[in-house]
Amino acid sequence: MTGTSTERLARLLALVPYVMNRPSVAVDQAAGVFGVSEKQLIDDLNLLWCVELRAPDPYCPIDLSYEGGEIIVSEAESISRPLRLQVDEASALLVALRMLADIPGLRDRDALSRVIAKLEKAAGDATSAAGRLSVQVDGGGDMTTLVRQALDLGRRVHLTYYVQGRDENTERDVDPMRLLLVEGQAYLEGWCRRAEGVRLFRLDRIADLKILDVAARVPAEAEPRDVEVGLFQPSPQDVRVTIELAPRGRWVADRYPCESVEELGEGRLRVVLRTRDTRWLRALGLRLGDQGRVTGPPALVAEIHADAERALALYGSP
Amino acid sequence: MSKRKTDRLLHLVVCLLATRRYLSAAQIRQAVPGYPESDEAFKRMFERDKEELRELGIPLEVGAEDGDELGYRIPRQEYELPDLHLSPDEAAVLGLAARVWQRASLAEAASGALLKLRAAGVETDDAAPLGIEPRVDTDEPSFPALWQAVRDRNPVAFTYHGVGSTGAARRRLEPWGVVSRYGRWYVVGYDRDRAGRRVFRLSRITGDVVADGPAGSVTVPEGVDVRAIAFDWGEAPAEPRSATVRLGKGAAQGLRSWARNLRDDGPDWDLAELSFRETERFAQYLARFADHVVVLDPPDLREAVIQQLKRALT
Repeated sequence: MTGTSTERLARLLALVPYVMNRPSVAVDQAAGVFGVSEKQLIDDLNLLWCVELRAPDPYCPIDLSYEGGEIIVSEAESISRPLRLQVDEASALLVALRMLADIPGLRDRDALSRVIAKLEKAAGDATSAAGRLSVQVDGGGDMTTLVRQALDLGRRVHLTYYVQGRDENTERDVDPMRLLLVEGQAYLEGWCRRAEGVRLFRLDRIADLKILDVAARVPAEAEPRDVEVGLFQPSPQDVRVTIELAPRGRWVADRYPCESVEELGEGRLRVVLRTRDTRWLRALGLRLGDQGRVTGPPALVAEIHADAERALALYGSP
Repeated sequence: MSKRKTDRLLHLVVCLLATRRYLSAAQIRQAVPGYPESDEAFKRMFERDKEELRELGIPLEVGAEDGDELGYRIPRQEYELPDLHLSPDEAAVLGLAARVWQRASLAEAASGALLKLRAAGVETDDAAPLGIEPRVDTDEPSFPALWQAVRDRNPVAFTYHGVGSTGAARRRLEPWGVVSRYGRWYVVGYDRDRAGRRVFRLSRITGDVVADGPAGSVTVPEGVDVRAIAFDWGEAPAEPRSATVRLGKGAAQGLRSWARNLRDDGPDWDLAELSFRETERFAQYLARFADHVVVLDPPDLREAVIQQLKRALT
């Protein structure tokens, strides 16, 4: 959209049918829905009311009033219906709906398919581009159903949760708070009674989930995570790890949130990551092989060497 | 200034919607207040106004009555959003879908759509249907330009640095679709220089995506499924083979969840079978378990793991 005058025109064209399609609309209510001040909304109404075509005969097609704070549109023949959806608008909704329809175990799934069908019909030609944009997520499979059940029942769960960084299965009781979909993955957010804090659990790493016969009790101080700022939130106590990557190891920069990425020429990269627990980086060091090497801090480099030596000893290799 | 312009555009829309006949530019100029006196200035302003209406998605029809000069009108049929009757649960789901997109372009489009649907009488409240809070982030800098190119069937050019290559290269692409899987974004299309289908990961595009030909000039071949192309990894991988491995007791959990035939092998170890396809890749994967995993068989995999571990020492 270019500039404010077209944005405003779009609002004016939606405002009239918005009012006409409801038995009663207050000025402040409409201002809230359209995200403008009451003064701005009254300005809009005045603009509409003043529409006058001068030829062939002078004529005012729109009649409205807002006396006492209630908007009444008594005449607006030509713009009484909203403008149809643009390609971007139809695509944004359809792609989101189709993504949601792919996730098993959600409530209201039949409402999803009904609304997709209705929207496709209403949007007409504007839907064709939506097929060229697709978002596929890991909705967590059968685990979604179980998590949803626990949330609906308001019950505590026992999790066997795989912590990839440490290659460990952990056991813990969790009071579920909500089911989230972030960065293409489904997560259970809950109060972890072992950690005594709010934690996110990726559904595909929950090895087992039992719904306990105990009501979930989420403490009042439990704050939902602000996923707006990203799932990975480094802290000042984190270790700074430097890795130098060969061209074939460049995928590391895609996969992990890096504090800095520096081109070293010939396709080589130097990346710096921050992490609380370096165990996963020891594993990464071994996995990289000739795709790259961890170059700091020295303690981590030494650990990776020691890991490789112990492993090689088992093969009877020096 | 902007108020006068909105006012003029509003008059123009109302005027062109109300007419059944095509109205010539001269007739429009008489009916709509706010156009300048000079013919030249009127012409320029009218051209810009038409462009702005089109940008808003308002269908402007150009035609002529018998023998008349060229004129304009907005066909009601094409202007109006068709009736859409949604039950409360459908409206709630739609409201949720409109909140999925987190950033600029599509987030704005979604709220614009919701406003029109509300104008049509759909009531969405802040109910949380489905029992999930979904969000999709499109924070790749190249996303807006690529989606626009896909939407408008516009060829593009960009600089790309793929994994394994020693430098970035200029690529010219006829984009067919933009696809996200598990949070990663890809663009699929016909690579004009390589003369074939290619998939590019958005995070590996550097700098701006620019148009490389007129809009509408990309033809997506019949029957193309962009999602299928994005995740088709080319040649079929080798036949699966089976490896026999020792797993440290209580360790290597990441392997145990899919290992077969897990059995006891003394106080410190278990034995298991794992299936794999590509020796090198699998050796890289196994190396990360360090001294918790020992490959016994086949010999080529065992050797590959040994070599992989040795590289960590150099």
